Amino acid sequence: MSGIAGWNWQLDGWIVVAGVLCAVAAALPGNFLVLRKMSMLGDGISHGVLPGLAAAFFLTGSRSSLPMFLGAVLFGLLTAVMTQWIRDFGHVDEGAALGVTFTALFALGLVMIVRAADRVQLDPGCVLYGAIELTPLDRWTLAGWEIPRVVVVLSVVLLLNLVFVSLLYKELKLSSFDPALATASGFHAGMLHYLLMVVVAVTAVASFESVGNILVVAMLIVPPATAALLTDRLGRMIVASAVLAALSAVLGHLGALVVPVWFGYRSTTTSGMMAFAAGLLFLLAALFAPRYGWLARAVRQHQGAWRILAEDLLAVLYRWDERRPGQSVSREQLQKQLLSGPLASRVVLIWQRFRGRIRPVPGGWRLTDHGSRCGRELVRSHRLWEQYLVSAAGVPVDRLHEEAERLEHFTGEALRQRLGQATNAPRRDPHGTPIPPEN
Amino acid sequence: MRHGARLRLRVLLLILAATAGLAESAVAEPLVAAPLGAEWPPAGQVRAPAETTGAAWGRLWRLQDYNTRIVLLGTGLLGLASGIIGSFTLLRKRALMGDALSHAMLPGIALAFLLAVSGGYSGRSLPLLLAGAAGSGLLGMVVILLIRHGTRLHEDTALGIVLGVFFGAGVALLGVVQQMPAGHAAGLEDFLFGKTASLVARDAWLIGAAGAASTLICLLLFKELRLLSFDDQYARAKGLPVVALDVLLIGLVVLVTIVGLQAVGVVLMIALLIIPAAAARFWTERMDWMTGWAAGMGGLSSLTGAGLSAVYPGLPSGATIVLVASVLFFASMLLAPARGVVSRGLRRRRLTRVLIRQHVLRALYAASEAFGEAATGPSRSAAGDGSAGASAVAFTTLLAARSWSARDLRRELKRAQRAGFVARRPDAAWSLTPAGWKCAARLAREHRLWELYLLTYAEVAAGRVDHGAAMIEDVLDPQTLQRLEAMLADELKQQSADSGRLDSGGGAAPQTDSHAEGEARA
Repeated sequence: MSGIAGWNWQLDGWIVVAGVLCAVAAALPGNFLVLRKMSMLGDGISHGVLPGLAAAFFLTGSRSSLPMFLGAVLFGLLTAVMTQWIRDFGHVDEGAALGVTFTALFALGLVMIVRAADRVQLDPGCVLYGAIELTPLDRWTLAGWEIPRVVVVLSVVLLLNLVFVSLLYKELKLSSFDPALATASGFHAGMLHYLLMVVVAVTAVASFESVGNILVVAMLIVPPATAALLTDRLGRMIVASAVLAALSAVLGHLGALVVPVWFGYRSTTTSGMMAFAAGLLFLLAALFAPRYGWLARAVRQHQGAWRILAEDLLAVLYRWDERRPGQSVSREQLQKQLLSGPLASRVVLIWQRFRGRIRPVPGGWRLTDHGSRCGRELVRSHRLWEQYLVSAAGVPVDRLHEEAERLEHFTGEALRQRLGQATNAPRRDPHGTPIPPEN
Repeated sequence: MRHGARLRLRVLLLILAATAGLAESAVAEPLVAAPLGAEWPPAGQVRAPAETTGAAWGRLWRLQDYNTRIVLLGTGLLGLASGIIGSFTLLRKRALMGDALSHAMLPGIALAFLLAVSGGYSGRSLPLLLAGAAGSGLLGMVVILLIRHGTRLHEDTALGIVLGVFFGAGVALLGVVQQMPAGHAAGLEDFLFGKTASLVARDAWLIGAAGAASTLICLLLFKELRLLSFDDQYARAKGLPVVALDVLLIGLVVLVTIVGLQAVGVVLMIALLIIPAAAARFWTERMDWMTGWAAGMGGLSSLTGAGLSAVYPGLPSGATIVLVASVLFFASMLLAPARGVVSRGLRRRRLTRVLIRQHVLRALYAASEAFGEAATGPSRSAAGDGSAGASAVAFTTLLAARSWSARDLRRELKRAQRAGFVARRPDAAWSLTPAGWKCAARLAREHRLWELYLLTYAEVAAGRVDHGAAMIEDVLDPQTLQRLEAMLADELKQQSADSGRLDSGGGAAPQTDSHAEGEARA
């Protein structure tokens, strides 16, 4: 830490703490937003609260925090409820319903604020949107400790969200995946939905006021989405999203301090970098997640092709051995037989050597005993299939080879036995080549 | 066919080239005017009212003000174009795409500014900023499509991720921009937040060109875009370049958002892309009409909003436009005849009434049948004072016949009494009048035929039973009907022979009633 220019535990420590608290508090309910396909709600709420602020200002005539907070929560909730209402009663697509609601509310708030501006300076930018960098400046003394106000507020919000998620975990899970079943099993899915909306609105508004809106809009969605790529289980997804959120907050602040210095500037906005760090973590997960990442899926897609190529190699070597016993085969010959590229043939040769099925000899490659058994199984499957396809399925002879070539890779010993029975245990295949016996 | 397609392609290319030229000439000069109100308009910049409201209205109507003319022209065209584009994105379920993309433009704008300044150019160059905005908007689009098609996440999550992360990156870049010498950063502040409350001719031309071009593109490709919006699988199967069309549509969204950013600000631009189209959806079931409605409503709300804000200087024009559009939306949602809340509610009420009337009549008929009158009809009641003799049914019997509430049943009985279908006897029992008997007999016959039909030809029924089919004759062919009639007669005969079992087989057995009804209507 001391390696970073200008790091100050008194300042940067509290900033990171506030960022982590906000990120984790947002990520917890965010999991359910992602599951319920309501990811844009955070952005909607961040715009929809504007008339609430203006109304609180009109009613109280002051810029004190509590009325503003209440007004904002109320209108955040109204954004969610109106969206639901327009969707259900107007049969409007969910996204469009949210779009109509928050833009209309935002326009209303804008008009109210411009009207208010006739009388007094009311800049929503400074009323609503705190900056996380200012966290350490405003401190409260609690039990002899000097703690920034923001940290206290966000800790309370985080605690509330933790209680909400852990107490209602089962109900939230059921109603997110199957609202009808949830209602049928005795609790009101609609009520739970609105409770979730209250939690999201309170979290969002508390975070706007203390650390700015961009952080919470990103943290509601990005860490849960990243976690969804890492696991299939909801419990693990929630834990992972909290860890990822905390991690992106820490990385974000470090990035804000360090990255601009590389280009000759001073540090930049922390909350923006925190959101960006969350995006980078998402990118990593999208590329390298063990199961749903791009790499894993690409490997899985090609895995089958590689397995088949490796097996074909053994079959080719076995047939070669049948015709010219004792001879080795060079890589170029194999490549021609397998119809593969030089790289692919090298890879499967190395792989099968590693598995102990082939061994290098002067002038090329030969099967080991183990490899020979594997090759014989394959060739036996192939020729049994050919026999079966001719005698039982009536496939024309010129198409036999292709079909058998495909089927041989998915045939085990039991199936071979039944194929043998079905074709009266033939000695030779339709081309007249002998069928090798079972090992 | 092929020729038409090629011609349209050529026209398209011409339009694109012309727009590019026009836009270039429009933005070649330095940025003079800026938006009317942006994401966060600086407070306290309101034009002082210089004249009375009445005089201002007069000036507005006669379009005397050059400035007003320009503003009305520009915003009207913007509303028109975004209404048209919005109706495609709405049906494609991409309404919030504009929201995500407009936020995704921020890092591009900031980066273009940074690069321009560090390269020694003026950061205020509008073409450069627009290019930056378009670049990162398009990158955002690519990322959204990649996330949606390449991972297991849904479209809304993809939008949320792009919005949050890109906007965060933009905020971080702005943090760097603010460290530049003040003179440099001013141009960017102008571009993002706006300093003056008026459009100049050049902006109006830019908006007009972009609006007209996107409108024309939409009209030329109407058939293709319509297919894409309704059924992209089918469009793909028909050989349309679905990905290219998708990119074109989102590109149009980016285009109008960028020029609209100049006129009404980010959030309000998103509103123009969503609200008129969503409002138009209530008025019609046809895509071409919907596009027209959306264009009209977008244009109308832009003109009205801009006009209002010209007359009442305290109203910021962008926000007023959106408020007018929202009023139109809620009015459409409530009052539109095709899909409005009120008319749908009325239709449902009417249907419910028809159904409960039928249920009451059938229940009365079935109960009278129990007295053995089905074959003869209400002979005694016809002679008497309109009320039947032995066929009268006690209220409690009727109540037990179906799972309906006593209140609903009593209300419907009174209503049927007024309509002359049932009569109430002094001992509080209910009976069918001759008219009611006729109607009830027809209903019972149809119901039982349907039941038989569903039982006998069940696999045919699902496809051929229509929701609104009141008369069985309209739905079934005569031969089937004859066969059913014969079957019903057989069953009735058997039933009269076996008089101990009154509510079996083809009779209107109360337990099976609702079940069969549900099947028939499903």
